[in-house]
Amino acid sequence: MNLKELYQEIILEHGKNPKNLGKTENFNKDAKGNNPLCGDNVHVYLKLNDKKIIEDISFEGSGCAISMASASIMTDLVKGKNLTIAKEIIEDFLGMIKEKEELNTKNLNDDEKTKLMCLSGVKQYPMRVKCATLSWHTLVSAFENKKTEVNTEN
Amino acid sequence: MNISQIKKEFPIFDEKIHNNDLVYLDSANSSQKPIAVIDRINDFYSKQFSNVGRSVHYLSVAATNLYENTRISVQKYINAKDKNEIVFTKGATEALNLVANTLGQKYLQEGDEILITELEHHSNYVPWHFLRKSKNIKINFAEINEDGDVPLENIEKALTPRTKVIAITHLSNVTGAILPIKEITDLAHSKGIIVVIDGCQSAPHLKLDMQDLDCDFYAISCHKMYGPTGLGILYGKKKWLDELPPYQGGGGMIKEVKKDRISYGDLPNKYEAGTMATAQVIAFDQSIKFLENIGIDKIMLHEKELIEYGQELLRKNNSVKLIGNPKNKGGVLSFIVEGIHPHDIATILDEDGIAIRAGHHCCQILHDKLGIAASARASVGIYNTKDDFDKLNNSINNCKKIFNLK
Ligand SMILES: Cc1ncc(COP(=O)(O)O)c(C=O)c1O
Repeated sequence: MNLKELYQEIILEHGKNPKNLGKTENFNKDAKGNNPLCGDNVHVYLKLNDKKIIEDISFEGSGCAISMASASIMTDLVKGKNLTIAKEIIEDFLGMIKEKEELNTKNLNDDEKTKLMCLSGVKQYPMRVKCATLSWHTLVSAFENKKTEVNTEN
Repeated sequence: MNISQIKKEFPIFDEKIHNNDLVYLDSANSSQKPIAVIDRINDFYSKQFSNVGRSVHYLSVAATNLYENTRISVQKYINAKDKNEIVFTKGATEALNLVANTLGQKYLQEGDEILITELEHHSNYVPWHFLRKSKNIKINFAEINEDGDVPLENIEKALTPRTKVIAITHLSNVTGAILPIKEITDLAHSKGIIVVIDGCQSAPHLKLDMQDLDCDFYAISCHKMYGPTGLGILYGKKKWLDELPPYQGGGGMIKEVKKDRISYGDLPNKYEAGTMATAQVIAFDQSIKFLENIGIDKIMLHEKELIEYGQELLRKNNSVKLIGNPKNKGGVLSFIVEGIHPHDIATILDEDGIAIRAGHHCCQILHDKLGIAASARASVGIYNTKDDFDKLNNSINNCKKIFNLK
C-alpha cells in the first residue's frame, strides 16, 4: 500500500479546487449518484448538442478527496468530446480502476492520460474504489437522462 | 486496574495491521472479543452442542440449561425484576423492530405520536417510520442543543397530548451525550407514555439497572459488549411482554397448533421463534463474567479518563473540530478535520494500524442538522490506553502533512 500514490499532488489539487464545480447553464441531461455507505453524493449536468458533442459539463456534490478529484478530472477530460469517445474513455477508466494496468484509449493525449492514471492508486484500496467511480457511473446515467439515482451499493 | 493485562485477553491485539500494532478505536461500532468468549463458542460446538428446548436427550437438556443460565446472568447484570423480561434477539436492531412492530399491532392507533430525538441511530428511527407508513403514526423529533445533547427540557417541549411512546438513545453514538433516562422516564410515566431505550452504546460502558431506570423497554447489542455477533437483548417489562402480541411466528413460540386455531407460548418463548443464536447466547455469559470481573465502576472510571484525555488532546490540535460537547459524555469522540474528508482520514489512519469509523454512523438526521455529510469517530473500549490517543493525534497530524495543511 502506498498513501503517496493514492494522494498524489494532482488528486489533492483537484480535490481541493475541483474543476467544473457548479450547475451548467442550459444543461439538457443530468443524473444523481450516491454512495450510501460513505454519504458521498454527486449530481452531474451536461449539455449535449445536436452533433452529440459534450459542449459543457459540470457537477455538484460533496465527498472525499478521491471522489471530488475523480469528478473534477472526469469532467475536465470529457468536456468538448463527442459522446462515443466519451463513452470509450469511461469504459477504459472503469476497466483500469478495476483490473487493467494501462489505459487503451487513443482519444486522450499523454497529458490527459497522466491525469487519469493518477487515480489508479485507488486500486490498492478496495474500500475506496467506489469513491473514484461514483461520478463516472453517474455520467453514464446522465447520458441516458436516468431519473433513478446511481447507487454504488447496487 | 492493569490494562495491559486485560488487553492480553484479546487475541486480536497479537495481529499486525499493515505491519503496525492495532490501535482499535472503533468499539462503538463493535467491540473486540476476549479469549474466554471465543473459546466458549469453540467449546460449545466441540463438546456440548445440541439444539435447545426441543429434545429430552442429555445434550439438549444441558444446552438448554446453559442457554437459560445466560438469561439469568443478563437479568442480574441489568437488574431486571424477572428473568422472563429478557428476550434474546439477533441484535439491538431486531429488539427495536420487535417493540415498534408489536406496539403498532396492539397499542398504537392512527394519529398517535412517537417522540424520538435527532440523535437516534437509524435502528431507532426506521422501525417507527414503518408505523408512520402503515398506521399513519406521526414521528416528532426532540432537538439537540448546541452541545449535541438532548436535555430534559427539549424532551418536555416536544411532547404533545398524542405522544404515546418516547424512543431514545441512552448514549449517543456520535456526540457521546448521555441522556437523563431516569428523569425522562419519570416525566413520561406521569403522562402515561411508554419509554423505549436504545441502550446499544450505554450497555458496555455504564451501570445498568432496569428497576432504577424504570423504562418499559431497553435494547442491547451484545457484539458491542465484548460478546458475539448475531445477538441482541430486549429487556421489556413483564406486563408489556405479556400483553403485546408475538413478533415472529414459528417453532418454539407456540403452545398449541390446530388447523383452526393457534395459541402462543409463555414468556420467554413467545418472542423467541425458531432456532436461536444458541452458541452466541451461551458464549455471552462469558462476556458478562468478563465485565463483572473487572467491575463496571472501574470500567467507567478508566473510560472517562481516556475520553477526557483524548478530548483535551484533540482540542489542542488546531485543525480538529470536535462534534458535541455534552455535559455527560460517554466514550465516543467524533470530529472533523478542516480541509480533509473523514474517509481520507480513515484511510490514512488505517495505514498506521488505527481503526476508526468515518461516515454518518447511521445518524443521517444528526449529520444533516450539524450541516455535515460525514464525520470521523474514535470510540473506546476497556482495552484502550492514552497511548492510543497519542497515536491517533500523531496520525491526524500525518493526514495534515499529506494534505499540505498547517
Ligand atoms: C446507537 C445504536 N443503536 C442501534 C445499533 C444497532 O445495533 P445492532 O448492530 O445490535 O443491531 C447500533 C449499532 O450499530 C447503535 O450504535
